[in-house]
Amino acid sequence: MNSPLVIEPLFYVGPVPITQPVVATWVIMAVMVLFSLLLSRHLKPRPGRTQAVMELITGALDHQIEEVVQSDPAPYRVLIGTIFLFVLIANWSGMLPGVEPPTAHLETDAALALLVFAATLYHGVRSNGFVGYLKTFAEPTWIMIPLNLVEQITRTFSLIIRLFGNVMSGVFVIGIMLSLAGLLVPIPLMALDLLTGAVQAYIFAILGCVFIGAAVSEGRDAASQERSPS
Amino acid sequence: MTVEEISILSAAIAVSFGALGPGLGEGRAVAAALDAIARQPESAGTISRTLFVGLAMIETMAIYCLVVALLVLFANPFVK
Repeated sequence: MNSPLVIEPLFYVGPVPITQPVVATWVIMAVMVLFSLLLSRHLKPRPGRTQAVMELITGALDHQIEEVVQSDPAPYRVLIGTIFLFVLIANWSGMLPGVEPPTAHLETDAALALLVFAATLYHGVRSNGFVGYLKTFAEPTWIMIPLNLVEQITRTFSLIIRLFGNVMSGVFVIGIMLSLAGLLVPIPLMALDLLTGAVQAYIFAILGCVFIGAAVSEGRDAASQERSPS
Repeated sequence: MTVEEISILSAAIAVSFGALGPGLGEGRAVAAALDAIARQPESAGTISRTLFVGLAMIETMAIYCLVVALLVLFANPFVK
């Protein structure tokens, strides 16, 4: 049985090995970009069926982001929405024959979680200023600085491991069932994988949203406390 | 016992005991959330979103155990 932690390269472009998750990621990216380009070229005031569905999804995403961040969802919509849709499509791409979900490998999840980490820093600095964001690490007292620093790292790490563990275990269990029991037996597990994939995409996006919202609002709380010492 | 046999045994123990705690914890969390929704159905949206995030946090412990088991099985430093 192959280890889920090791990836074999498919082919080489010059000295660079290209693996199966990279190909799957690029195909998903191309499909998403082409679909949104085609869709946004024919936007109408009276939406057709596809446009109505996409507007529904965007509205639902906006609603969720707004509830978590407690402010205008516009600055976070692009990143969180893209991450949600990408992770969802990537998790469900395992249903296609011959495709392994790219999120079932540690590297893709690490890239996504580092994106969220970078966005946390960016939005924290953007809304509080550089010094103001650094000050939020000393909340509530300066003794908490090491703990706050460690928290930043561990929560990014757990974001990686959570998505990786869930998706990979699904793929792994299906592989074991297939080798033990044979054709058509793992279908109920694949149906369960659809559910897990959707829930994990939702959780990844919401947790990213929570982290960004915390970085934005911690500074806001600290500033309001300084202004009105009660 | 060889290193391989001990590794397989320890992977099974890691996953079984690692699933025990999060299972109990998730059960308590869902029970509390159902209780809260039954008392206040109007705040079901907020409660279920917080529940999902909390369940993900709890579940991470079980996933850690799974990853440790996989490391023991597939990336064991003591097996050549």
